[in-house]
Amino acid sequence: MNHDAYPDNYIRGILNGVKSIAMVGASPVNVRPSYFAFKYLAQRGYDMIPVNPGHVGKLLLGKPFVASLLDIDRPIDMVEIFRNSSHIMPVVDEALRLSLLPKVIWMQLGARDDAAAAKAEAAGLKVVMNRCPKIEYGRLSSEISWMGVNSRTLSSKRAPLPTQGMRLSLDRTSVGGGETAASDRAAKNKSELS
Amino acid sequence: MTDRLPGFSTLAVHAGAQPDPTTGARVTPIYQTTSFVFNDADHAASLFGLQAFGNIYTRIGNPTNAVLEERVAALEGGTAGLAVASGHAAQVVVLQQLLRPGDEFIAARKLYGGSINQFTHAFKSFGWNVVWADPDDIGSFERAVTPHTKAIFIESIANPGGSITDIEAISAVARKAAVPLIVDNTLATPYLIRPIDHGADIVVHSLTKFLAGHGNSIGGIIVDAGTFDWSRDNKYPMLSEPRPEYHGIKLHETFGNFAFAIACRVLGLRDLGPALSPFNAFLILTGIETLPLRMQKHCENAKAIAEYLSGHSAVASVSYAGLPSDKYNNLARKYSPKGAGAVFTFSLRGGYDAGVNLVSNLKLFSHLANVGDTRSLVIHPASTTHSQLDDAAKVKSGAAPDVVRLSIGIEDKEDLVADLEQALSA
Repeated sequence: MNHDAYPDNYIRGILNGVKSIAMVGASPVNVRPSYFAFKYLAQRGYDMIPVNPGHVGKLLLGKPFVASLLDIDRPIDMVEIFRNSSHIMPVVDEALRLSLLPKVIWMQLGARDDAAAAKAEAAGLKVVMNRCPKIEYGRLSSEISWMGVNSRTLSSKRAPLPTQGMRLSLDRTSVGGGETAASDRAAKNKSELS
Repeated sequence: MTDRLPGFSTLAVHAGAQPDPTTGARVTPIYQTTSFVFNDADHAASLFGLQAFGNIYTRIGNPTNAVLEERVAALEGGTAGLAVASGHAAQVVVLQQLLRPGDEFIAARKLYGGSINQFTHAFKSFGWNVVWADPDDIGSFERAVTPHTKAIFIESIANPGGSITDIEAISAVARKAAVPLIVDNTLATPYLIRPIDHGADIVVHSLTKFLAGHGNSIGGIIVDAGTFDWSRDNKYPMLSEPRPEYHGIKLHETFGNFAFAIACRVLGLRDLGPALSPFNAFLILTGIETLPLRMQKHCENAKAIAEYLSGHSAVASVSYAGLPSDKYNNLARKYSPKGAGAVFTFSLRGGYDAGVNLVSNLKLFSHLANVGDTRSLVIHPASTTHSQLDDAAKVKSGAAPDVVRLSIGIEDKEDLVADLEQALSA
């Protein structure tokens, strides 16, 4: 997989396919991006599991924190890593030790580790780097259009009124342009330097 | 799934718009409301904290305006847009994110006279110091770079003379200086030139002109290309540092490649206040649906009028990049192959007085201070748009005393030629 630019269908397939998401580095602080990405994905019907050893014993939006991926009591479809590029590899190693492997490793906006990605892909997992699943879900559903963001999709169908826990259709027509990402290059440069 | 991607004309009609979720209305409704109800206190807090997608208050965002923002962002190939009350407002909001008092930005000397005034006087009073450079001399941009430089500003097709700017060459200077390149793409529109494809980091427009196209609405827009790394050093703290007004959020970290458009909205539009009326957004959206058709006709007519004037004995010279003899014709072929736009100048052998007479003798061309209307327009810049500049600055900006500016409309070109013919011989 070329990790500089993902086809919409690749991201669409992942977000349509996964049901449970373990978020490594989830924060209970309600102004952190990990908190509101967690909250949004829960509202869109994903089974969210917060992973953060510093907060075991607490709840995040009603879901108990676990210390490690190995402490999760059910199969997980996707591991979303809300950590800096330098902390990715140990999480991927842990994910690959699970008895039932996840289908997807997703690294948050700003995070990229090509070696960790290659290892996960060699084990048959799909990998996304330097993207936010909330932004991608909002983009492919066009919900993000409320903020003037180019969803790079079109649809002539009536838009749904989003309600709590509702999955939105991500199957709009994709449009070119607008995927140039300085953040991609920056993350790549950082991972090459480190 | 097919790999086919929609073309420009399809985007001009559809991008950003979708049948209304409540009523099924196919045309984007005018959401003429100041405010939007919250579901509950948590929803309100999430919206105010930039944590949820949705609407709060029309000064910050509005669903009609959002369709316009996405449409222009899609046409330009950018990541996001922000509509504002005018092209001038777009320039204030953009530079507010980039400059602190005492900083500098480099601007091409050939600009719309209103921009020259805004940069020279209003921005000077904010401590934002403009340093002028000559778009015909790329070296003058390189020499203008200092440690205080925060941005470079150019027009793709420059007002009033219709000259074409070498965007890629100036983009290279901006990249070397590690500052964003801002391109005012008003006179070209993305139908003729897409500056992001040539290295622009930010595109601004006066929507008032060809994009809206009908002379009925003032508006402006900012498009984020998503290409600039705001966190590379500490030069752009509005983007890279924690924002106290949003609980310490770092906008670039949180919003990635559309962080600049978000900064313009939540730090610029929110606090400076130049919101676009949803009614204007609706009119502008309707105009954009026919942008490709109109631009074809504008350019075809402009070329015919420029050719006619070139052969007229009362005319000393015509400055239109679409003419093979023009100094900017090579740049026009490279950057604007579908046409060189429809705003250009010519000079009269009779000088200032002949210019004033021509304007008063025309019967179909309207004498007014706008461009990019369906109607053909005429103005004598030296006595109007550029009158506040001194004589030397008038000449440098392409508005010498003998110069007349035309904005060619979409009427029948034979009628436009006939009107010019009678006015020049009167």
